[in-house]
Amino acid sequence: MKQRRDILVVDDEAVVTAAVARVCGQEGLSVDQAEGGPAGLAFLEAAEYRLVLCDVMMPGMDGFRFMAELEARGVRAPLVMATGYSTVENAVRALAQGAVDCLPKPFTAEELLAVVRRGLACGRLLSAAPGRPGADALPFVPCPARYHRLGRVAWASVEADGTALVGLDDLFLKSISGVRSIELSAVDEVLGQARDCAVVVAGDGTRHPVMAPLSGRVLRANAAADPVLVEKDPYFEGWLYRIVPQDLDLELGRLTPCSSDRA
Amino acid sequence: MKAFRRIGAKLTAAVGVTALVTVSVFAYFNIRQHRRSLLAEVERHAVQLSEAVKSGTEYDMLLNQRDRVHESIKRMGRQEGIGRIRVLNKSGAVIYSSDEAEIGHMVDKSAEACTRCHQAGSPLERLAMKERTRVFRAGSGEPRMLGVINPIYNQPSCWTAACHVHSRAQTVLGVLDVTLPLALVERDILRGQAGIVVFSVTATAALAVIVAAVFRRWVDEPVEELLEATRRVAGGDLAYRIQPRSDDELGELARSFDDMTRRLSEARLQLFQSDKLASLGRLAAGVAHEINNPLTGVLTYASFLVKRTADRPELQEDLKVIVRETIRSREIVKSLLDFSRQSVPRKAEADLNAIIARAAGSVENQFAAAHVRLALDLAEGLPRAAVDSNQMQQVFINLFVNAADAMAPKGGTVAVSSAARTLSPVGTMPIKAALCPKRHSLLDPEVKVGGKPSIRVKVRANGSEGLAYLDPVYGKAGHRHAGSLESAAPALFSCPECSLSLMKEGASCPACGAGVYTFESPPKGMVEGCARKGCLWQRWEAVDGSGQTEFIEVRVSDTGSGIPKENLDRIFEPFFTTKGQKGNGLGLAVIWGIVDNHNGTISVESEVGSGTSFLVRIPVKV
Repeated sequence: MKQRRDILVVDDEAVVTAAVARVCGQEGLSVDQAEGGPAGLAFLEAAEYRLVLCDVMMPGMDGFRFMAELEARGVRAPLVMATGYSTVENAVRALAQGAVDCLPKPFTAEELLAVVRRGLACGRLLSAAPGRPGADALPFVPCPARYHRLGRVAWASVEADGTALVGLDDLFLKSISGVRSIELSAVDEVLGQARDCAVVVAGDGTRHPVMAPLSGRVLRANAAADPVLVEKDPYFEGWLYRIVPQDLDLELGRLTPCSSDRA
Repeated sequence: MKAFRRIGAKLTAAVGVTALVTVSVFAYFNIRQHRRSLLAEVERHAVQLSEAVKSGTEYDMLLNQRDRVHESIKRMGRQEGIGRIRVLNKSGAVIYSSDEAEIGHMVDKSAEACTRCHQAGSPLERLAMKERTRVFRAGSGEPRMLGVINPIYNQPSCWTAACHVHSRAQTVLGVLDVTLPLALVERDILRGQAGIVVFSVTATAALAVIVAAVFRRWVDEPVEELLEATRRVAGGDLAYRIQPRSDDELGELARSFDDMTRRLSEARLQLFQSDKLASLGRLAAGVAHEINNPLTGVLTYASFLVKRTADRPELQEDLKVIVRETIRSREIVKSLLDFSRQSVPRKAEADLNAIIARAAGSVENQFAAAHVRLALDLAEGLPRAAVDSNQMQQVFINLFVNAADAMAPKGGTVAVSSAARTLSPVGTMPIKAALCPKRHSLLDPEVKVGGKPSIRVKVRANGSEGLAYLDPVYGKAGHRHAGSLESAAPALFSCPECSLSLMKEGASCPACGAGVYTFESPPKGMVEGCARKGCLWQRWEAVDGSGQTEFIEVRVSDTGSGIPKENLDRIFEPFFTTKGQKGNGLGLAVIWGIVDNHNGTISVESEVGSGTSFLVRIPVKV
């Protein structure tokens, strides 16, 4: 029986792993620090983790290869990608490969804890899903088949008139301690794919930035997107924005079709 | 000796030598002719004199009045300009002479006066007029004389005369010998010669001086100016201009040189910017990665401490400063990354006027405090342009803030105007597809020029081969050459994939005459260009023909301190700042990058003391 630990942080910079250990340790979480991918894999042999926090740019084995290794070894722990080189490509790729969120460096203790708490919650929710047969028992609702999602953060739906609706994934909403409020961008502002487009303030006051699944100009922000409605009906009445998408073909290809979740 | 290697000196020398030869030949023949005609005149005079003497004394001779003949000859001989008059009889004795001492002397047949008739055995009895005269010297050092021999022939009156001195059988009774000194004539000749020589020398010298002056003014000076310009330009001073005054070929050359340097400096700026941006992009990415780790340490621990010291406000204040400043550093790094164009613009059709108004709104409060007024003069009904609204807003905010800074501390008005313009596609239209005749794509996403995939071609020139990466913007000159192709020789372009030639047969560049390459850029037809490195000629008929591109032009002018000329070329360079501690030197570089990413252009005009004006042009269609 493997030892159970909370967090494995993988980064070639000791100061980063130490900082994460210090902040999370203070919250009562057990943290192991691995300097690089191979060391991280060694930790994973010895213990089971509830969350992995991993850097993108590491010498030898980068974050994406590390993720692929986890996949190959059947490690089910949710992963948060931390990066000092936060490009759209990195973020989209990490989320598409299954990371639950991205954490751009440098981050404050609050930002770190917000992501870590959400990551741990995601881990709980995801691990609850496969073990139990019966769709009604699923702790979160997956997005409708014709939608596309950016990781488990946001969804986009291309409408008949060429505009696109953007909203929050149910797993994202379930992974935070209730929605207190949502801060939206204004009409006519231009969203960028994998850039922050809204901030969800959780019930405990933590702020969770939301990455936009598509780029485009905001036509309408959903005035009806009050926290209760968004939580209750995230995929229909609880949409956030109606946008005019820009590079639809290219960007849609980077997203995960929700239909693939049903296979 | 250097002076003689100058083209003006050489031309002057050539003209001088030609003039000298011409004038000398002319002078030579002139002198000869002058001399001949003077001598002929003297000769005629002498012959006439001789005849006069002969006929003047004839009557006295017939009367055998020897004293009278003698007296006449003596008197005549005394006349000025007459050397000697004498009459010799057949046997050679001097019968009469103006030189009395000579009378009675025998003259030797070999004497100069006699040789004409007596040189060939039996004496001649008839002499042609020409042969009667002779030029001689009485002795070495004596002046030259002209002698005329006038034979006195026997006539019926002679043998019938009462004196019966001459018999009928005689043919020639004697000879009248008149000699005239040539001193006067020779002096005239010399004087004439001297005059002509002086004239020739003076004329040649004057011609040389005039020609030298003309060459200096029309050839040497412009050539020197051109040389100086090439030296300066070779030394890197691309701002140097000749500003020629003349309208001849050299003036035209100088103007085209100026034009070349202007385009070169533009191309260099462009190339320089692209290179700088590319290397800065790499640098920024590296810095972002490296610096974000230590910043993570600082930010995490500092914010963590803020949390843990909630009960100690005196510590919290300080820690919050650390957190705030670290977050500021994070934003700087982020803007570096933005600048390095890792972030591609996200374009959507937008109303630039609205973006300008938004930008104006966001600086309003800040400006009011600094006594700066924004005067917006926005054209109505502007076409919507495909732009990244956020980035364009940043462009305008930066320009507004710069303008306000330039007018600090007393403030002023920032004038902002927008207008629709239609401009030529040259230098603005991107080439988004390039195919060889076998339909291999020539676009190379690995090597970018100006941030866009370049057009890669194989180049062969002077027997060596290399690759060239052409600027993917029509008319822009950011071509890069790889390999050993240093020469500007005409080159042959071919497809790097299949080596099929890209040269257009029989075509030559209208700018320099070198070969022309061509490739297809579907769906917009063929693009052509000059294959010689350094020649920037290009033609894209489909685009040229489709007319001009619509731009939206935004001008932001201030009445501030202005930018010194030496800084004008540098203001778009990353890290160049005149604001000291206040600026990070990225503002205008970021703007440049954003505008460039929109296929637009940004230019600046400035006068120190009277203000600066930035002109941004954004194409309506991408």
